[in-house]
Amino acid sequence: MRAKLNVQTKKRKYKHKLTSSDIQLYSMCILPLLTVFIFKYLPMGGTLIAFKDYKFNLGILGSQWVGLSNFEYFFKSNVFVQLVRNTLFNNFLFILFGTLSSLLVAILLFEVKSRMATKIYQTILITPFFMSWVIVAYMVYAILNSNYGYLNQILSLFGIQGIDWYSKPKAWYVILTLTYVWKNVGMDSVVYYAALMGIDSSLIEASEIDGANKVKRTIHVVLPTLIPLISILTILKIGNIFRADFGLFYTVTQDGASGNLYETTNVIDTYIFRTFRETTTGNSYGLTTAVGLLQSVVGMVLVILTNWTAKKIDPDMALF
Amino acid sequence: MQKKNKLVQLMIGIIFSMLCLIIIFPFWLLLSASLSDPGVLAAKGYQIVPNPIDFSAYKYVFKNTEQIFRAYGVTIVYSVITMILNVLLMAMIAYPLTRNRLRGRNAMNFYLYFTMLFNGGLVPTYIVVAKYLHLSNTIWVYILPMLVNPWYVFMIRTFFKGVPESIIESATIDGASEYNILFGIIMPLSKPVLATVALFTFLNSWNDWNTALIYITDEKLYSLQYLLQSIMENINIIKQNKMAASMTGNQDIPTETVRMAMAVVAAGPALIVFPFFQKYFVKGLTVGAVKG
Repeated sequence: MRAKLNVQTKKRKYKHKLTSSDIQLYSMCILPLLTVFIFKYLPMGGTLIAFKDYKFNLGILGSQWVGLSNFEYFFKSNVFVQLVRNTLFNNFLFILFGTLSSLLVAILLFEVKSRMATKIYQTILITPFFMSWVIVAYMVYAILNSNYGYLNQILSLFGIQGIDWYSKPKAWYVILTLTYVWKNVGMDSVVYYAALMGIDSSLIEASEIDGANKVKRTIHVVLPTLIPLISILTILKIGNIFRADFGLFYTVTQDGASGNLYETTNVIDTYIFRTFRETTTGNSYGLTTAVGLLQSVVGMVLVILTNWTAKKIDPDMALF
Repeated sequence: MQKKNKLVQLMIGIIFSMLCLIIIFPFWLLLSASLSDPGVLAAKGYQIVPNPIDFSAYKYVFKNTEQIFRAYGVTIVYSVITMILNVLLMAMIAYPLTRNRLRGRNAMNFYLYFTMLFNGGLVPTYIVVAKYLHLSNTIWVYILPMLVNPWYVFMIRTFFKGVPESIIESATIDGASEYNILFGIIMPLSKPVLATVALFTFLNSWNDWNTALIYITDEKLYSLQYLLQSIMENINIIKQNKMAASMTGNQDIPTETVRMAMAVVAAGPALIVFPFFQKYFVKGLTVGAVKG
């Protein structure tokens, strides 16, 4: 109460006076805010071209208005359903298996008694997080390459010969999910592990005295304490479900192996890039901006909704 | 009971050993593919344990060092500049945002926060950066668009808030300017969070390949990851060199193993250096409180 009063009197005191310290503080903000304005807000204004027939020489403002025809074209094109399906389904797999595996790792790690061993395991598990998708793409290529790859060598032992993985779209649901989990499981499990470390140890001791074994203890004591965290992290991930990891879907698939894999790996982000890069005819700038704008708006609504839900569960966990 | 516990520990140990092997295995495969003998490779494919070990791919990579070392140079330069500028700029915006009495603070919070919710997307950003700012094919395109990430700003702000106000007050009484307070007191006291942010931005820059994909056509300005990506996409880059090499009478170039050797040379340093800073990366994830 007193603190609140203090703040109020302070506020009043400074209300009409711009002190030199205020001026210094504002001057600090100028460069960072300007950077954000140029590289974040100007492009937002540039989304106007989603409603225009953009011509490079006419500029953003000079190009002709075309209403919603860019959106219309996209909705009518056969790629629309494919993109939404692939983006949502792949992300769904990542969320499901990513969460399960990192949860499992965290729970197992929690049972490791030696601090030294915990550290070693964690360090190794986190290492892939530091690699770029390009490096990961090379590893995937070394495994899947049809002529020399490791996987086909193993399969040939069982009499299965020369499968060209880069032209088998269905297999990529599995390949991409495995790749995603491999790269992120270490880092993702850190959050759960940190939460487990915060469990009141008397709870665990009590369950031990009651004669609960490790499995029972995990199910009845450890897991319930994690449920709020799991639901919130999942909800927040769902908020980003329309945004695909461009690096994973572009490099690891070798640019969708030039079209052979689009059926399952063409996502909104890769579509925007390819259309922008490869199409020189027509209104590709306007079209891709329209798709990007759509993704951004739907994404924003989802993030706000999911965050609002997260706040209901635990006010401390929401992002805002 | 004791015995049972030991058994459980043993089992968990085995599970983790296997897990770690799975994680490490792709790294090993990459390395051993790069060390395979081209002849054996052509006949049998990549070897899990290369026999005989063959360094010709590395000899080739290090003989034709110009391209890869230049990419290393470019990447190091822009990564370091981005890291330094980012920490400076983000501290400079985070500090005023901790001051409750500063008017417009909430507006500024929202101004930053909104960029996390909504963005212009690839094409409008491209038009601004390439057409209006003319940053294509300059090193600045790697740096400027990456500056001031609101997520990290809020992380820094939360940490700055933890610095006792009495320190700031007594410095003000001693006549210190706000700049003195930020650079002389707050920032030195906030090394952990600044280190975390510095490392994350450095890692992002180091692994950045799509900036070059979009904005760079000048081979001299290729980032390391993009050079690697373009070799993957287009083996012709090696083959062009191969033609040049065969004209000067060099032997055939083992493209498959050279690719892999390039990947190892590019991944190696990151693999060795970043895990040392793991502590800070982990901290960055577990500092959840970024709210305003």
